[in-house]
Amino acid sequence: MDFDFTDEQNMVRDGISRLIREQYDFDTRRKVVASESGWRPELWAQLAELGMLAAPFSEEDGGFGGATEAMIIMEEFGKGLAVEPFIPSVVCAGGALKHGGNDAQREEYIGGIISGEMVFAFAYAEPRGRYDLANLETTAKADGGDYVINGHKAVVIGAPWATHLVVTARTSGGQTDKDGVSVFIVDKAAQGVSTRDYATVDGRRASEVYFENVKVSGDALIGDAGNGLPLIEKVVDEATAAVCAEAVGAMKVTNETTLDYSRQRKQFGTPIGSFQVLQHRMADMLMEYEQSVSMCYLATIKLDEDDATRKKNVSAAKVRIGQAGRFIGQSAIQTHGGMGMTDELAVGSYFKRLSIIEGEFGSVDHHMRRHIALTAA
Amino acid sequence: MNLEFTEEEKAFRAEVREFIENNYPENIGTRGVQDDLSPEDMLAWHKILGKKGWSTPAWPKEYGGTDWTPTQRYIWSEENARKNTVMPLPFGVAMVAPVIYTFGNEEQKAQHLPGIRSGEVWWCQGYSEPGAGSDLASLKTTAVRDGDDYILNGQKTWTTLAQHADWGFFLCRTDQDAPKPQMGISFILVDMKTPGIEVRPIKLIDGGYEVNEVWLTDVRVPATNLIGEENKGWTYAKFLLAHERSGIAGVARSKRGVEQLKEIAAAEMLDGKPLLEDMGFAQKISQLEIDLSALEITELRTLAGEQAGKGPGPESSLLKVKGTEIQQRLTELTLEAVGHYGAPDFRSFPDDGSNDFPIGPDYAHHAAPTYFNMRKTSIYGGSNEIQRNIITKMILGL
Repeated sequence: MDFDFTDEQNMVRDGISRLIREQYDFDTRRKVVASESGWRPELWAQLAELGMLAAPFSEEDGGFGGATEAMIIMEEFGKGLAVEPFIPSVVCAGGALKHGGNDAQREEYIGGIISGEMVFAFAYAEPRGRYDLANLETTAKADGGDYVINGHKAVVIGAPWATHLVVTARTSGGQTDKDGVSVFIVDKAAQGVSTRDYATVDGRRASEVYFENVKVSGDALIGDAGNGLPLIEKVVDEATAAVCAEAVGAMKVTNETTLDYSRQRKQFGTPIGSFQVLQHRMADMLMEYEQSVSMCYLATIKLDEDDATRKKNVSAAKVRIGQAGRFIGQSAIQTHGGMGMTDELAVGSYFKRLSIIEGEFGSVDHHMRRHIALTAA
Repeated sequence: MNLEFTEEEKAFRAEVREFIENNYPENIGTRGVQDDLSPEDMLAWHKILGKKGWSTPAWPKEYGGTDWTPTQRYIWSEENARKNTVMPLPFGVAMVAPVIYTFGNEEQKAQHLPGIRSGEVWWCQGYSEPGAGSDLASLKTTAVRDGDDYILNGQKTWTTLAQHADWGFFLCRTDQDAPKPQMGISFILVDMKTPGIEVRPIKLIDGGYEVNEVWLTDVRVPATNLIGEENKGWTYAKFLLAHERSGIAGVARSKRGVEQLKEIAAAEMLDGKPLLEDMGFAQKISQLEIDLSALEITELRTLAGEQAGKGPGPESSLLKVKGTEIQQRLTELTLEAVGHYGAPDFRSFPDDGSNDFPIGPDYAHHAAPTYFNMRKTSIYGGSNEIQRNIITKMILGL
């Protein structure tokens, strides 16, 4: 039992941490978020060059690590509120390919992800599906050796920046059947794909993605037709662990910012940090953060275990971190008082990101229900 | 980063599990309410462990510690929780002993450590006073030097199980004129049979008599019973409190408690289905389990830090707060789960010598008193508010 990182993992952290610190200060981020494209392709290229986009892949696939590396990178992303699509492209699409892709797909697409030439988005959610990964109205009908996809995917994070999509669609069965879910690689430029792009409240970009008779070849299918749900569950669990790490990074900075502010802001002739009612709230924020770090580690460590163990621990982490993120975010705004309400301070952006993370890849209630189903035996 | 136990650790687990299986006396009660155990029952396992050399794992080896790693001690506590053993009381083993072997002289070590290790000598803690609770440094009990003795006068309270104690460790004021209240306090060992000591049990809300008032009237104690230096007692007291807090998380016991709670919720019926399947109740149990997972990993992170040479620090305050919150919630949910049979007072039934309870399911009898009793956990050992003060000062630096 140990909680140490390898030298290589520490180098990943140092590399990302330096990059974020030097090139992603809050003013830069503000400009990036407000820019037309909404992200920094040149930074993405730099991440690729540093090998960071290869971090969660095995050596076989051209990488050097796994879930722990993804955790480290996302924790640092969270500290700087970096908006670049590491989770959609590397963790989600990369995860679907590494766990389900055949040799040719892995070579082509994981290679493209690692080099940064291909940027993927993960089109799995639907307007009426909520967090049920099998609840799909999008269909893919077999047509000779090809498939024809029709449907509407909701809030596809990073889609405006993507060259490719990983898409879930139903190839058989009823709308919520566990069987019949299939996973496809779709070129975003393919005939029949259209998007409506927009900004999210936490500074990212997303799209509604529409598929109208989009024809893909049988080579675009990841894994076996109709058997995609276990693959997608695993991928979403890995993404959940990664977003938990991002939350942990964001919470750390939120707490530090709040503590700093409480030292500077004076009322009644004294720094507000001298008031016990705020001290105890900040002590609670610290405890919530430490428990979140623990749950983030736990979820990451358990990702490669059997399905039930993985799901139980990932859900436990998402519940705890969702709750902690809400408490820390709200407490930070409260402690900053009126200044916390302004767009000027960074704390508001951290609060907003934490608030959206709470619902990403499943809300507290969703994961609580999954935890109950797995433990109340 | 991994949570795997090494082969040696697995072998260690097998060894201690076997030892517990073969040696734990079956006739000891395992109920949570302490005063329902006889003093002999409370010491039985301690004495067996003393003979085995396992009663004081955390002590330095030279004084009779086992030299176990923090991970091994964690495994040890898990295996004991598994069997729901009655562990050695903390007052001797975990509280006064570290003070004696760290700050005491050779005579004091030789006099006291063997009896603590073997379980022959029962200790109690004379810290709190009616006017000195969270503000412990305001304590008023005095120790006045008179030749080769100190003469103690005052009143202590909340003295746990003092009615059975052979010895006590007392914080007393030895300098009334010290510039700060913390600076005039001394740490003195007292033979509880000394004339002038009166122990008055206090009835608590659970109906039991777990704590006492201890009245000291002209109690003459040899000056050789002073630990360390006169007026430096506060340093030793704080040292002791930090030790008291480590291990206070009680993760292994709470894990066992969650299992028991689930067994109860599986047996209790609601709308023709086990209570465990009710979404509302299941959610409370899951929340508890999730919070307990977080606490467990946090404790393991702390242990890993200790293994790397860091002593128990302010993070033990976090373990205390979160650990006691979970212990309390566990007892709340248990009382909630048992329904009607939470109400009868088991003490109101005559003792017919049978272990069977005359009414209701066995698991219900102690639900209410245990819940009442466990409210103490967020008050003792430095209240949870005091722990937040410690976090504020030591970690946040405010």
